[in-house]
Amino acid sequence: MIREFDNAQADHTSQPLIATDRAGQQLEQPSIEAIWTLLDAVPDPEVPVVSVVDLGIVRDLQWDGRQLVVTLTPTYSGCPATEFIEEAITEALHAAGIANVRLHQQLAPAWTTDWITESGREKLRQYGIAPPVGSASKRSLLGEEPEVACPQCGSHDTVQVSEFGSTACKALYRCNSCLEPFDYFKCI
Amino acid sequence: MTQNQALFEYLLRLGDSDLILGQRLCELVGNAPALEEEMAIGNVALDLIGQARSWMTLAAEVASAAEIEGAGRSADDLAFTRDERAYRNLLIVEQANGNFADTMARQYLFDVWHFHLLSALSGSADERIAAIAAKGLKEVIYHLRRSSAWIKRLGDGTEESHAKMQDAIDEIWTYSGEMFIADEVDSLLADAGIGADLNQLRSLWQADVQALLAEATLNCPSMDEYMQRGSKQGLHTEQLGFLLAEMQFLPRAYPGASW
Repeated sequence: MIREFDNAQADHTSQPLIATDRAGQQLEQPSIEAIWTLLDAVPDPEVPVVSVVDLGIVRDLQWDGRQLVVTLTPTYSGCPATEFIEEAITEALHAAGIANVRLHQQLAPAWTTDWITESGREKLRQYGIAPPVGSASKRSLLGEEPEVACPQCGSHDTVQVSEFGSTACKALYRCNSCLEPFDYFKCI
Repeated sequence: MTQNQALFEYLLRLGDSDLILGQRLCELVGNAPALEEEMAIGNVALDLIGQARSWMTLAAEVASAAEIEGAGRSADDLAFTRDERAYRNLLIVEQANGNFADTMARQYLFDVWHFHLLSALSGSADERIAAIAAKGLKEVIYHLRRSSAWIKRLGDGTEESHAKMQDAIDEIWTYSGEMFIADEVDSLLADAGIGADLNQLRSLWQADVQALLAEATLNCPSMDEYMQRGSKQGLHTEQLGFLLAEMQFLPRAYPGASW
């Protein structure tokens, strides 16, 4: 029996996105849009307030016949979360009934913080991580330090403590107004 | 030498230099002068090991596709089962960490070279190389920013930090010349638009290093001094063997071990 597929109600943890018959055969393919929504619920393991979609790690979704091709890009070459993210995405898709999945790693164009969505930036700020400032051109990276606003009190009177923070993607700052230390999501 | 043989060799050199410097820096985790520096060093090491993995994965692909030496070996096999004489990393990256000035002097001279190398390779005719280089370049810009800042801070700091920084530069200098010695592999790939032109790299490197050392009130040694060489033939200093012994112990003692 074919169940109604309703993506507005889709909840990958409890209800499969795909209707299946008793043999487990896929009868209907969920729309790409529904899968984007699904993956937007997969958190980044190191900064769990933002999703892998917010961060721009998921670059593309395509149906290749019955197979879903997920194109991913790593944030940093040595990011230890890369494998974990691949597993989390595969798991979320499997839980939604999409079993036939191919993950494809794509390096070019290289990931940039410019791809972090607006909602992702706001979520970072609320979490206490200052989002990247400005765009990631080579000139701006080698030039002056950006003016980073404190995510706690909003002050611009902040100072960099270290070029590198708790993960490869962050730098360590301190606010001179409220004296709180905070992470800054580096522009790359 | 076929182009694929040259390419395999070239990729090993890129991967080995990243891997060995990454491994060397990891020795400072738990042992750095300050917590912030420890995090920075660990992050730089992570970037380098990640880049090494990309280069070695590609090396393994090239070897398998062309059925040349090393065919059938994975990136991990290349990293963990080759002996010292088969390693192609620059001599500068295998040198011991020494004091903090030594660590930063080695890092800075390497970072300037790495920055210009990856900038050149971002335009490589081989798209796979261009993609890895463009990705790594973003990371290396941060490495270079940090090491440049430390050279200035220590060079133009106290009398003691100045003296230590100058000693560190003088000591490591003899390993810098090798970065620009081209052999058959380099010429073949540079001519094909795949590899970097080392002569061009040399003048870019020289201009940057001279300018920064001057700003740091440090004396820049001459590039015409006697320079150590040998890594392209697998001839290393005594430092590498000890590093490999530690790095390769586990996969050699427990082949195929996994998490």
